[in-house]
Formats: sequence, structure tokens, C-alpha cells
Amino acid sequence: MADIALSDTSATTERATALRRFSRSDAVFRFFTRSSALAILAIFAGILVTLIGGAWVSITQFGVGFLTTSTWNPVTEKFGAWPAIYGTLVSSAIAMILALPLGIGIAIFLTEICPRQLKRPIGIAIELLAGIPSIVYGIWGLFILAPYFQVNIEQHVIDWFDGIPVLQSLFAGPPYGIGLFTAGLILAIMILPFIASVTRDVFETAPPMLKEAAYGTGCTTWEVMWRIVLPFTQSGVVGGAMLALGRALGETMAVTFVIGNAHTHITANLFAPATTISATIANEFAEALGNVYPAAIIECGLILMGLTFTVLAAAQLMLRGFERRAGGRSA
Amino acid sequence: MNRAIYARRRLVNGTFLSLSVAAALVGMIALALILYALVVNGVQALSPTLFTLDQPAPQSIGGLKNAIYGSLLLNAMAIAIGTPIGIFAGTYLAEYGRHSWTAFFVRFANDILLSAPSILIGLFIYVLMVPRMHGFSALAGSLALAIIVIPVVVRTTENMLLLVPNTLREAAASIGAPRAISIRAVTWRAARAGIVTGILLALARISGETAPLLFTAFGNPNTSFNILGPVGALPLTIFNFFNSAYDDWHRLAWAGALIITAAVLTLSVFARLLEGRRS
Repeated sequence: MADIALSDTSATTERATALRRFSRSDAVFRFFTRSSALAILAIFAGILVTLIGGAWVSITQFGVGFLTTSTWNPVTEKFGAWPAIYGTLVSSAIAMILALPLGIGIAIFLTEICPRQLKRPIGIAIELLAGIPSIVYGIWGLFILAPYFQVNIEQHVIDWFDGIPVLQSLFAGPPYGIGLFTAGLILAIMILPFIASVTRDVFETAPPMLKEAAYGTGCTTWEVMWRIVLPFTQSGVVGGAMLALGRALGETMAVTFVIGNAHTHITANLFAPATTISATIANEFAEALGNVYPAAIIECGLILMGLTFTVLAAAQLMLRGFERRAGGRSA
Repeated sequence: MNRAIYARRRLVNGTFLSLSVAAALVGMIALALILYALVVNGVQALSPTLFTLDQPAPQSIGGLKNAIYGSLLLNAMAIAIGTPIGIFAGTYLAEYGRHSWTAFFVRFANDILLSAPSILIGLFIYVLMVPRMHGFSALAGSLALAIIVIPVVVRTTENMLLLVPNTLREAAASIGAPRAISIRAVTWRAARAGIVTGILLALARISGETAPLLFTAFGNPNTSFNILGPVGALPLTIFNFFNSAYDDWHRLAWAGALIITAAVLTLSVFARLLEGRRS
């Protein structure tokens, strides 16, 4: 009797220690996963705080005027970010104008027109385009595209538009090959696969019943896309486009090679060399001496962060909303 | 009258469908042109000495050994630092946090970091580390790359864990497996292929990154494995060589670009195959 009672209690204590050990290891594991998740928030906040700290000298010295002035003079230590902001916005705008229709076109091709056997290879090709490192786009732009563009396209465009009111100032000489437009063009090729693949995924969530009903009433393929699929997937397409815009705004290497890195005088001319925030950082930060110059560049980075994070956050919200809606409908 | 409308609708349809075929062609042509230029220019400079000699002085013979080894070191360290954090965080989002506010904010921050401009990450690590450590270092470079690795791994880990059926988790719980053990032995194992895909994609992504290394790893003309000193990296060498005026440096840089692109594309195709085999 006594023996049994003894072994019984030792079994319970063994069990208790095992349970304690498990619950401790459970807690440790949970702690690690939770800390790792919080580390992401810390990185996010860290970037913001660090950049504000690094830019502080410039923020206090130039104030709000930093955003609107165009001087960029390391010698007199007078800095204004407007040319870089302008270049960033305009090159991204050119990229979006070129890539958005193309990307949606590719998505329509892949979801509606493409023969089944070709779908996978073309899908993979589009993803390869997305996988090419951005520096390769940059050197291709500088050594292959820009020289060709300069001789065979820019010169003709300048000649054609000479004398036409708005166009002659948008596309004016001399043809450099590199400049805002070339940067926009390279960016367009870079973001094209993002737009195409997000749009394709979003198009595929359109319920087949809706499409079939439309086909049943005699709609053409285009009418089904334009009147049924696009309205249904609107917020997803816009979200995908904004995701691509976020990438275009911050893209560095592809742009640095072909933008021309000119800080001064903004003109309407899209063929003129310009600069972007990211190109300014990449080209000048390593050589920036003193207190004010590096701080001014970091403040440019802070502006870029504000721009891209706003666009990306909006993109996330739209895509989330879309997923919830599409998920809810198809379920 | 009706016929006119019908003809117009067919015309509109035909026009826009042809335009979207044209769009697909434009995409294919762009890819072909870039790969063609890369191969034609890159193959000329390919030689075994690329892998055995350090970066040359202009007009002399040399290779890319310093850059290749530097890239390997940086990538290995970045994956080693970023992967555990990414997997743990993804596990938190899928297993513990799922619907909590913390998870909501972490997901949001993660998705923004996923597309954040990589030059900002370089700037961040520079301000944080370089002045304090009195100089550029492989450690700083790999931390910058790790910040790019983490969001990719988090996103794929979470997605893959969410695909694991709940019945597996319930089965583990019913035989008395504690949560931590059931996650490690059951859900992680079930999602392993997908998680590895995520790591490969992250590796592909950082292999081509230049911007975050500019002011962190900085570059080094000699082969170095000192993690507290500057090291070379292929993308950095390409950037610096193309910014120079020397033809032979340009040739080497084309070869470097070919090597990187081949590596990145092989990695991503491999990752897709792994993913495809699973589903």
C-alpha cells in the first residue's frame, strides 16, 4: 500500500515537472516569436526616428523652405530639395503613364486571350522581368537604350514637335539620351511586371458567374473586361498600381544611371537631365562632408520615406479591402 | 442601324484585344532585349580568372574575386540574421497573434517594409552604425540586407503556415503536444517547402541589391572576410566600374552583371519550381 502511494506521488510530481517544463518552453518559444514580430515594428519606427535624427541639422536650418527651394550648393551649404522632389514625381508619373496601360493589357492577355499552353511560360517570363536586378536595368538603360533613344527617337520627336505650343516645351533639344524621360521609360519597364502580375491575380478573383452571365447576354470580351471585371476589381487594380508607384518613387539604381544627375533649374523639358531623391542620395552621400550637407541628403531621404510610405500604406489598405470584399463574395 | 452598332462593338473589341496582345509582346521584347545585351556583352569577359583574381587597376588583368566572395559573405550573413527573425515573426502572425492588434500593426509595417526603397534602408543602417563603429563594415552591409530579407520571409512564412489545415494542429493538441512542440514538429514541417521558397526568394532579392550597400559595406578592392571592415560586393563593383571611364572595367562589370542576373534568375526559377512541386 505504502509503496503504491509513494510511486503515485512520484508520478504526479514527475508529471507536474514535465508540465512545468513544457509550459516554460512554450512561454520561451512564444516570447521569441512575439519579440521577432515586435522587432519589425522596431525597425519600422527605427528608420523614421533615425532619419529624423540624422536630418535634424538640416530640418532646423532650412525649415519648410527646404521643400520648395531649388538651390543645391555644397560650397555655400545652401540646400533645397525641390528639383529632386520634382524629378522623383515626374519620372514616376511618366513610368505610371507608360506602364499602367501596358500592365493591364498584359493581365487581360494572360487571363482572357492567351492559349492555355502559353500561359505558364509567359507568366514566368513576366516574373523573370521582375527578378532582374535594378542595376542591370540601369546599365542597360545607359549603354543600350539611351544612345539608341538619343539618335533615333529624341532628335525626331524634338523636330516634329518644334512649333507646337505645349509639346515643343515638353520635348525640347538638345537630345542627351539621358534625362527625365529615359528614367521614366526604364522605370516603366521595371514596374511593368509588378502591375501585370498583381492585376492578373486580381482579375482572376472576378467570379466566373458574373463573366459568364455577361458573355451570355452577348458582350464582347472587351466589354466583359471593361464593364464587369474592371469595376469588380477596381480597388485591387488601383492598389496594385499604387504598389508599383511606391516602387517607382524609391527606385535608385535603375534611375541613377540614366537621369543625368542635374540639380539645377527645372524646366518643362522632359528630355533634360534631372535628378531624383534616390539618385541624389546614391551619388552624393558618400562624398558629403561637413554637418549640413549629409543632413540635407538625409532629409531628402526622409521626404522620400514620407512619399513612399504614404503611397504604400494606401496601397495596402486598398488591397486589404479588396481581398476582404472579393473573399467574402466568392465564399 | 443595329448592324452599325454591332460592327462598332466588334471593332472596339478587336482593337483593345490586339492592343493587349501588343502589350504582352512589348513585355517579352523588353525582356529579350535586356537578356540579349547582357549575354552578348557579358560573355566576352567571362573567364576563369574572374573567380581567382582580385579587382585590377585600370588597364591591367584582374577579376572579380573580391566582389564575388564579398557578396557571398554578405548574403550568407544577411540570411543567417534575417531568416530566424522572419520565421519567428511569421509564426507569431500565423499561430499566436492572428487576429490581435499587434499582429495587425506588424503585418502593416511588414508589408510596407517589403516595398520600401532599399536606399532608405542603407541610409538607416549608415546613420545607426557607421559613425559609431568608425567606418564601413560587412556587418553593417549584412544588417541592411537582413532588413530586406525579414519582410520577405515573414510574408511567405505566414502565408504558408496559414495554408496548413487546422485539423493538423488539433490532432497535435489532442495527443497532448504543447503548443511550441506542435508548431515546430507539425506546422513548420508541413509548411517547410513553402518557407524554404521564401528564403530562396529573399536570397534572390538581396543578391542584386546595390543601394543598401553603398554606405554600409562600401566595397573593397581586396578580398576580405573581416566582418568589421569594408568588403566588396558584385553590385557595388558593377556600379563603381560603370561610373569609371575605363573600357576594361566596363567589360568586367558586364561579366559581373551577367553573373548576378544568372544567379538571381536561377534562384527565383528554382524557388518557383519548389513551390510548384508542392502545390
